[in-house]
Amino acid sequence: MAAGSETEEGGEDPTGFIMHHIKDSHEWHFATIGHTHVTLPLPVIVYSSDRGLEFFKSSDFQNHETHVFGEEYAHEGYYIDSHDHVGRVDGASFIDFSITKNVVMMFLVIAIVLWLVLSAAAHYRRHGTAAPKGAASLVEPIVVFVRDEIAHKSIGPKYKKFVPYLLTLFFFIWVGNLLGLLPGAANLTGNIAVTATLAVLTFILVNINGNKDYWKHVFMTPGVPLPLLLVIVPVEIIGLFTKPFALMVRLFVAITAGHIVILAFIALIFIFQSYSIGVVSTLMVTFINMIELLVATIQAYVFTLFTAMYIGSAVAEHHDDH
Amino acid sequence: MDLILPSSGLVFWQLIGFLALLFILIKFAWKPMLAALEERETSIDNALKSAELARTEMANLKAENEKLLAEARLERDTILKKAHESSAKMIEDAKQESLKAGAQMIENAKAVIETEKKAALADVKTQVATLTLEVAEKLLRKNLSEDKAQKELVDEFVKDLKLN
Repeated sequence: MAAGSETEEGGEDPTGFIMHHIKDSHEWHFATIGHTHVTLPLPVIVYSSDRGLEFFKSSDFQNHETHVFGEEYAHEGYYIDSHDHVGRVDGASFIDFSITKNVVMMFLVIAIVLWLVLSAAAHYRRHGTAAPKGAASLVEPIVVFVRDEIAHKSIGPKYKKFVPYLLTLFFFIWVGNLLGLLPGAANLTGNIAVTATLAVLTFILVNINGNKDYWKHVFMTPGVPLPLLLVIVPVEIIGLFTKPFALMVRLFVAITAGHIVILAFIALIFIFQSYSIGVVSTLMVTFINMIELLVATIQAYVFTLFTAMYIGSAVAEHHDDH
Repeated sequence: MDLILPSSGLVFWQLIGFLALLFILIKFAWKPMLAALEERETSIDNALKSAELARTEMANLKAENEKLLAEARLERDTILKKAHESSAKMIEDAKQESLKAGAQMIENAKAVIETEKKAALADVKTQVATLTLEVAEKLLRKNLSEDKAQKELVDEFVKDLKLN
């Protein structure tokens, strides 16, 4: 994310500057040169039962000079408030399906993953089992790693049918994390809606694949005396939900926190307005960016690994203990 | 937009986008890729196995060759030994044969010599008898004429005899 913009925001309100960068928005703001904002207006799509599906442009809802959203710039009964929320003037209920900055970013990530993986797959279509070349030599080691080190080790003998999901998850999160580090990019994998969706998909996948042992473990934990079950069963049921919740929070926090640290160092430059701080901050930003490259990969790995472990616990045949 | 409240729009698009990505990749990428990888792994496995097999076969072949070679060597040795023995026997036989033949020849020669000797002796005996008869005849003839002359004559005859 981030470099290069915003003397105004940064200089006066570092919190606003940072939040502006890590949160979703209805327009994609790249830079401010002088008083000109370089932005990409994005579609605002709302559905309400009385008015049906409606399409607008985010620039309809803002001041054309300052690009500020507000209730005073309402357009056809809708407005975007200063917190980038869509609202309806008459207060009736509606659903917001807007293509926000993160949605565009997500399509970008999907496009890159598709391009990367499909061009790798093309190799196998053309050359069969020949040694990998080009995109395939990047993708194949990851595929083998996810299959052997993550899926096979965590899930056990029934790992095969889960490998495609784990691979998709890994590539989506990894590419999302990496692209999120680019200046001006959206904080896609650090958005709670994205991580929540992925966590819910994992939750569904785990629980529809849960076998007898898994459910028995939840509702009739073996080896626990009856009175204790009154305590254990609720805890186990809560445990079903805390697992995906942890997945959701972990990725969101790890990526967002990294961005906040980088942005905070950049904000320091504008707070102190000093060359020496500028040099030190830039060095620190570079250093943290490198760590973030590592974190991007580790978080993708961790999300995939934990998903595999939850699936493993749902499909494992255990006769035992624990 | 809030930091920790998921927005409905993003959840919606994320769900659609991710599921679309999932299905496209499963159909067009992961299945063929995983199948190709598995196929390659099996073919590598098979190749390794057949190499192992070829190696053991090679070793077996070599062992067999060595066995054959050892057998051949043994046979050669036996043949040589036999040939040696038979040649020695032949020489021995030939020696015996020649010795026998030699002995036979000597025997024959001896027999011939014996016969010759007997014949010669017989001859000598006849001649001696003849000579004796002649001497006796001459002696008888002279003896009748003179004594002295008889003696001389005898001497003469004797001398003649020696010369003969």
